[in-house]
Amino acid sequence: MLKAITLLLLFQLAGESISIFLSLPIPGPVIGMALLFAALAWRGGPSLELRETAQNLLQHLSLLFVPAGVGIMLHWQRMAEEWQALLIALVASTFITIAISALVLRALTRRSAPRADPEHRP
Amino acid sequence: MSPRINEIWVYLSASPLLGLTLTLLAYQGAVLINQRCREHPLTNPVLLAVTMLVLLLWATGTAYQTYFDGAQFVHFLLGPATVALAIPLYAQLPRLKRMAIPLLLALLAGSISAALSAVLIGDLFGASDASLLSLAPKSVTTPIAMGIAERLGGLPSLTAVLVILTGILGAVGAPWLYVVLRIHDPAMRGFALGIASHGIGTARAFQENEQAGAFAALAMGFNGLLTALLLPWLLPPLMRWLA
Repeated sequence: MLKAITLLLLFQLAGESISIFLSLPIPGPVIGMALLFAALAWRGGPSLELRETAQNLLQHLSLLFVPAGVGIMLHWQRMAEEWQALLIALVASTFITIAISALVLRALTRRSAPRADPEHRP
Repeated sequence: MSPRINEIWVYLSASPLLGLTLTLLAYQGAVLINQRCREHPLTNPVLLAVTMLVLLLWATGTAYQTYFDGAQFVHFLLGPATVALAIPLYAQLPRLKRMAIPLLLALLAGSISAALSAVLIGDLFGASDASLLSLAPKSVTTPIAMGIAERLGGLPSLTAVLVILTGILGAVGAPWLYVVLRIHDPAMRGFALGIASHGIGTARAFQENEQAGAFAALAMGFNGLLTALLLPWLLPPLMRWLA
């Protein structure tokens, strides 16, 4: 686990360095993810240790958003004044985005790959 | 409170230990409730844990900064966890290659509709300019969204909150929406949720299964990149048009 964590941090560090050095709008961890993906494709897959560590970390991905979420406390004032507009915009936009993305993907894959995973249908 | 308890409270509330422990306790409590309710979308663990913590901090008069001094250790793990998303993603490589073009087009449609619909609907219902600019990157993972908002002239900390709310809304609403639209394929369910609701949607997709999670992670990563590239030139003309 120690090796796997160190590896993840090293890739994050590389990502952060590239992001700062090239002043990219993309944050370091996302570049780190892309680098690790490229490394895995090149080396032919993760070790068992890395796979297990990633699984443990991602199993509780939700937890990691809690501290930032509690930050809603800092915006009471604005929320109180604009909550209707913000809430309607968030709900409608989120649903529109999910629907458009899913429907576009379905329309396109039906045509190009008609045998797309019938075994996954419930 | 007796003076003794008061002293202990004063000591503990100033140390990072309390914020960290409370975050872990609230989250585990939230997961327990979520499981008891058979993972009903409205008992989303992030939603429950945040609500509990906000109520607690508010009741005890604790400042967010004091809480975050402890909670930052959890927050820090977002970085390595984002990097770790490469691993489930790699497992989907064959399917990714096969679906590359449909995925890219769906991503483009989803990414643009996420920003446009949020800004247009917000404007329609009278949100201020600062709120609109903070709202535009709301479907992108927190660190990217904050960077974009800063660039556009929005309020990064407001964006962080709107991003989290968007994540929760998507995680809560998607299962119902998918029933209505009859989307059953795990790759599609995950991918659309990842575009609209970034990491929280991805976490929700991983609850469904690994394939949905991997496609959500892919969508989240690419939507982050695409939105960071598109919004700086898409949004200024839109804001001028709305003004």
